[in-house]
Amino acid sequence: MSLAFDEYGRPFIILREQERKSRVKGIEAVKASIMAAKTVARTLRSSLGPKGMDKMLQSPDGDVTITNDGATILEMMEVENQIGKLMVELSKSQDHEIGDGTTGVVVLAGALLEHAESLLDMGMHPLRIAEGYEMACKVATENLDNIKTRFEFSREDIEPLVKTCMTTLSSKVVGRLKRPMAEICVKAVLAVADLERRDVNLDLIKVEGKVGGKMEDTRLVEGIVIDKEFSHPQMPKDLRDVKVAILTCPFEPPKPKTKHKVDIDTVEKFEALREAERTYFTDMVQRCKDSGAQLVICQWGFDDEANHLLMHQNLPAVRWVGGVEIELLAMATGARIVPRFQELTADKLGFAGSVKELGFGTTKDKMLVIEGCPNLKAVTIFVRGGNRMVLDEIKRSLHDAICVARNLVRDNAIVYGGGAAEISCALAVEEAADKVTGVEHYAMRAFSDALQAVPLALAENSGLPPIESLTAVKKRQLEESNPYLGIDCNDTGTNDMREQNVFETVIGKKQQLFLATQVCKMILKIDDVIKPSDFE
Amino acid sequence: MALSQQSGILQQGASEERGENARMASFVGAVAVADLVKSTLGPKGMDKILQSMGRGQEVTITNDGATILKSIYVDNPAAKVLVDISKVQDDEVGDGTTSVVVFAGELLREAELLVNQKVHPMTIIAGYREACDCARSVLELISFNNRSDPALFRADLLNIAKTTLSSKILTVDKEHFANLAVDAILRLKGSGNLEAIHIIKKTGGTLQESFLDEGFILDKKIGVGQPKRIEDARILVANTPMDTDKIKIYGARVRVDSMAKVADIEAAEKEKMREKVRKIIDHGINCFINRQLIYNLPEEMFADAGVMAIEHADFDGIERLALVLGGEIVSTFDNPDTVKLGHCKLIEEIMIGEDRLIHFSGVALGEACTIVLRGASTHILDEAERSLHDALCVLKETVSDARVVFGGGWPEIRMAKAVEELASRTPGKKALAMEAFARALRALPATICDNAGLDSAEIVANLKAAHGAEADSRMGVDVVRGEAGDMAELGIYESFRVRQQVLLSGTEAAEIILRVDDIIKCAPRKRG
Repeated sequence: MSLAFDEYGRPFIILREQERKSRVKGIEAVKASIMAAKTVARTLRSSLGPKGMDKMLQSPDGDVTITNDGATILEMMEVENQIGKLMVELSKSQDHEIGDGTTGVVVLAGALLEHAESLLDMGMHPLRIAEGYEMACKVATENLDNIKTRFEFSREDIEPLVKTCMTTLSSKVVGRLKRPMAEICVKAVLAVADLERRDVNLDLIKVEGKVGGKMEDTRLVEGIVIDKEFSHPQMPKDLRDVKVAILTCPFEPPKPKTKHKVDIDTVEKFEALREAERTYFTDMVQRCKDSGAQLVICQWGFDDEANHLLMHQNLPAVRWVGGVEIELLAMATGARIVPRFQELTADKLGFAGSVKELGFGTTKDKMLVIEGCPNLKAVTIFVRGGNRMVLDEIKRSLHDAICVARNLVRDNAIVYGGGAAEISCALAVEEAADKVTGVEHYAMRAFSDALQAVPLALAENSGLPPIESLTAVKKRQLEESNPYLGIDCNDTGTNDMREQNVFETVIGKKQQLFLATQVCKMILKIDDVIKPSDFE
Repeated sequence: MALSQQSGILQQGASEERGENARMASFVGAVAVADLVKSTLGPKGMDKILQSMGRGQEVTITNDGATILKSIYVDNPAAKVLVDISKVQDDEVGDGTTSVVVFAGELLREAELLVNQKVHPMTIIAGYREACDCARSVLELISFNNRSDPALFRADLLNIAKTTLSSKILTVDKEHFANLAVDAILRLKGSGNLEAIHIIKKTGGTLQESFLDEGFILDKKIGVGQPKRIEDARILVANTPMDTDKIKIYGARVRVDSMAKVADIEAAEKEKMREKVRKIIDHGINCFINRQLIYNLPEEMFADAGVMAIEHADFDGIERLALVLGGEIVSTFDNPDTVKLGHCKLIEEIMIGEDRLIHFSGVALGEACTIVLRGASTHILDEAERSLHDALCVLKETVSDARVVFGGGWPEIRMAKAVEELASRTPGKKALAMEAFARALRALPATICDNAGLDSAEIVANLKAAHGAEADSRMGVDVVRGEAGDMAELGIYESFRVRQQVLLSGTEAAEIILRVDDIIKCAPRKRG
């Protein structure tokens, strides 16, 4: 309870501390936070690296997800503790920025906090520790710049990129098919990449999935896939070089928005209306035909009669196409979105090289594949998998691989993985620490120790003796001053990561260090946790 | 587990299990599910009764693995993986749903022993993967292909169908049903479109009375007073309202001020319908099939014109009919010249049991056929349909990939032998996993023996010896005589695709479960 006294010596209460309100203060608060963060990090620790184990997550509805993707695990864990949520955010932001290394960043942050705890026990002030970490982080990132190398590839020579993606995919469910999958990812990225500006717009790569079939059936569509079928079962299923009309008006009797009614009181009017209705349908379809369209894509529904007329006029049509897809289609085919039949003219039509309806196995689902559009480079990766669980995991794996390829296109500076970069940074920080006097010296040493937690976890997960392998590599790095030596997770017999083709982008690695240090600093600065208890 | 709950990281009611505990939980769950379906494996497998929780407490009796697993409610996440795997097997190849679960269960059982001997799960997985690759190449090597010779191929298909059916309720009449299924599949001419095979179930009679019909049977009635039999039918398939055909435009409604005018409009409405019917009849048809209702007035007019009118064929039926009869689905009737009509040689009403059905024969598309199943009760019919479906799926797979292997545990014994040889050449702990893989493979024939009440250890040992003595032995489990027998002579064949899928899916499922070292269950959603 916080009490203060006013000038007359009467006590008054600043913060009412009810029975139900829980509050932790001072070092206790910091320690509680560290404890929470460590717990989250420990869950992820065993998922690090190519031999990392999976986690089985059961959602509130009883669905099962099996994954070793850090961001996904944390998201689905539904962490309730506030500090725990910070860690979740941490891995999410790494996911958004880089798309890879989501597990690594959490493990690193956990290790940093763990070491901070022992420093706190030595009586160091939390902020001094945070400052020391900042300094160490700076040294480490500078070291990354020193050891980075360039990774060469070009549009013609995609082999290096494919190899890199294969490394990413080898630890996932798709391991069996890593070669074709990696090729799909690289092709997708290069299709939308702007190599001059070194930019990749990931929005242009859509990853669509449909349950059923085999993983082998996954393929890259250079165009758009929409989950619709032709409106009439007897329309042609395969069109080539078609002009596309995109409509946002229904093939139905008009329904004016203003209130209206038409009264029929004589037989003549009845006949007249009947005639009007018939001509209205014929007219609608005729207009489409006259404009030269060979395929009609409509946002709304079709009346049965209109549908048959379209079929009869040999005009394939698709109905109930969603707004987003309509826009994407309009962009891709170069068609204008036409809101009224009257405004449909030949110059508002778009073009598509091929439109195909795909059927799937024994289930009767169908999808439309639109390829060969002139304007947009949009591509779709169409994933097949035995069940929803596998499908989602394939999608996540592909996402990771795509991100890796994208990062390399953006910035081809790399450092070597398998803990090699961490060990090298740890050595650099240790060296720098010796030149610093004061409390920060200890903090920097702690940072160096924490960095080594990553190779340690890697070795542990791969079933190697962790301390022996780590110290062996560290010694060799020191002796040979070779920053490419890391933990041999795949048991290939060499520690040189260049030969194993295991590397990460410099931006990704830097991001990991920055983010982990920042979160650490934030948690260390908390010295008072007040939270109202739950409602009864 | 204790840690995370104490510090309140997770929500109330959520739980986390780590490391050994998690692994134990998933092993237990998966093995329990495998044991559940284990007793249904093989020709002497037993059935399960499934009672639904819903109203009516419906009862299903089956020994189809996928059906059993689909119906039970499992809470264990690892068990759900196995349920999923069996569903995939069902979707992919349609048969082997039990085998795949039993195989995955055996792999996990063996893995559990290895984990207890301090072998890292990743090492086990690596061993399983290599063993699986080896087994697959052996399977490819020992399969054979008779596509080039139609007579032999048909015999293969028959044998496969018989093998599949022998473990089901149809086993008594397997000869009959195997012929049925093979005929139906061969009509498809390799297109593999199972949609064209229509199965109609009618209670009454015996299973033996089930038959394959070469035409198309529609479970609908012909309108009153219309011809019941039409030869050389010209058929219009339509989707159009034949009840009132109201005006849909401009939010129109009728508003009159005298009785006379109502009568006028009614007359006009009738006239409109008459005109529509006339237009339809002008197509020169003698059979009209509509997706929607046909009211009495048009029905009568059709009857007068001597046209058979069939109403309310559901959407599926209409599409299939249009496909089978070769006509288009029509909604407007203004240009009779351009409309494609459907044709068939004969339409007649037939009786099956007590129900009247419409039978189209001599249809344009030769692929379509209908299998009519007869049986004493709906349970039997349902199970018969499932069995037949399995058989059809397997045959379809075999038609597209003509490779065939022997059954009765023959491929498993061969694969186990090869995997064991590989294990003896492999250094390191991986070899242990490979040996375990071989043992799991042999568990399949052993289970078949156990279910038949035979001495599994004895028979499997004999098989092993037979295969060891002779490189291309054809010995497998002969359940009938209770000993090792020549599979080629007994005619026990299986589809290569099914066996391959069992091997791959089973290994994959075991791998997925083995890789898990942490189970996090979220708090169940509160139901209001």
